[in-house]
Amino acid sequence: MEHILEVVDLSFSYQGKPILKDVGFTVDKGDFLGIIGPNGSGKSTLVKLMLKLLTPAKGEIRIFGTDIQRFDEWYRVGYVSQKANSFNGDFPATVNEIVGANLMARTGIFGRKPKDYQEKVYHALKKVGMQEYGNQLIGRLSGGQQQRVFIARVLVSDPEIMFLDEPTVGIDVKSEEALYCLLARLNEELGITIVMVTHDIGAITVHANKLVCLGEDGLVVHDVHEPMTEEKLSKLYGYGVHLHGHNCLGCEHRKETEGRSC
Amino acid sequence: MLEIFRYGFMNNAFIVGILIAVIIPCIGVVVVLKRLSATGDALSHASLAGVAAGLAFGVNPIFSAVIFTVMAALGIERIRKSIPKYGEISTAVIMSVGVGLAAIFSGFAKSANFNSFLFGSIVAITPFELYLVIGLSIVVLTLFIFLFRALFYMTFDEESAKLAGIPVTLVGGVFTILTAVTISISARVVGALVVSSMMVLPVAVSMQMAKSYKQTVLYSVLFSVFFVVAGLFLSYYLDLKPGGTIVMTGVVTLIVTLCVKALNGNGRRKKGEA
Repeated sequence: MEHILEVVDLSFSYQGKPILKDVGFTVDKGDFLGIIGPNGSGKSTLVKLMLKLLTPAKGEIRIFGTDIQRFDEWYRVGYVSQKANSFNGDFPATVNEIVGANLMARTGIFGRKPKDYQEKVYHALKKVGMQEYGNQLIGRLSGGQQQRVFIARVLVSDPEIMFLDEPTVGIDVKSEEALYCLLARLNEELGITIVMVTHDIGAITVHANKLVCLGEDGLVVHDVHEPMTEEKLSKLYGYGVHLHGHNCLGCEHRKETEGRSC
Repeated sequence: MLEIFRYGFMNNAFIVGILIAVIIPCIGVVVVLKRLSATGDALSHASLAGVAAGLAFGVNPIFSAVIFTVMAALGIERIRKSIPKYGEISTAVIMSVGVGLAAIFSGFAKSANFNSFLFGSIVAITPFELYLVIGLSIVVLTLFIFLFRALFYMTFDEESAKLAGIPVTLVGGVFTILTAVTISISARVVGALVVSSMMVLPVAVSMQMAKSYKQTVLYSVLFSVFFVVAGLFLSYYLDLKPGGTIVMTGVVTLIVTLCVKALNGNGRRKKGEA
């Protein structure tokens, strides 16, 4: 299996305080990787290091077989940040304008708009079920809808791997379930590799095929074929954790109406 | 022909005023949407310090204003990075430095000259200033059109823009210099104290009705041109200072727009209740 991402002995400190120490794991093509761990364990830092938004103190990251410091094909990588939820809600931009902006990842800063610009934007929105909202102002949408638009913004440049940093923060439970189903569908049907930071252990253990747990004892790569127990989680988080199953109502609904699961 | 256009100086005032009115809101849209409205104010005060320094030391005041404003813009960024959680402190500090230096240097300059930079001298434009404004407008507009998509993406979400391959530091730097140059040269025409209002007012009005980013930019430019033209007419026929009439036209338009919006909102709510 082709390694899309390799993290080797990665360490990072912030203002002298070690955040990550000797972290190492691999992500293969088609993986749905969940990154979990308590607050302050370095989950978002790890994602930012993998996106070259931060520089590691030690260690190596290889993406598509190339050292991240020399990697320049960033259009193959998509990122939905935590901040996508806390943007300026009164920003006067339409959904079409926001999704279309990311086509610059393909055309370059001075490149002309592609001839099929409108179709590309429409298809990206269709993949997340938001094609009817193209002309709406982004601030008029609900949190769940906005997050779908931000996923469409990433999809418009046809990425092979997508990083998501707590995309379900600030959205209701129903939208959250629908979002997990959407991600699972993008992973299964379009073959997009997904790396996702989340606190929602119940849902991520249902959808991910690999888990990276950042905890007090450093990093643990967990095989999802083994059940994630409350005991293991409590040890990881350093306090008692109760695990509630995730019924993925949206998926069940899809299964009933369309004859397939997400 | 209207009487107002029989005078060469008024024709020049209209040409220069409209050009400035087109370029200032282009910069202003990005400044306002990045929530940096106070930055324009701080930079215009820094440009004033530059003007005073130029007049005091016998250097072309527009040139020294550009230098001071670029340094002030870089200073704001530097302080903002040092105190990220209270970024607005940086604007206040640079504003204070601008006012302080302007006060000190103006003591060595002729007050009539200095005053013309405070409120501008749009009806007393020299041929050199006319060509300077035309040249600047072409440069600013060309760069703004070239960087339009990049600036939009960066303004909305800088981190994602960086990942999409936009050289955010370089584009940000070019934008800072464009802002500084626009403020310095516009200060000569409409006045340092008026520039920051012209950066914010048309954008504020436009945002009340625009349905997209493109519309926001377009309406901002149209409103800005309207403020300048209406302001110049009012100034001529009521014999008032043009800087003041331009700004007050903008303020009145904003108040009217906000009132209309509030009335429409109330009407819709009442319909909903019924």
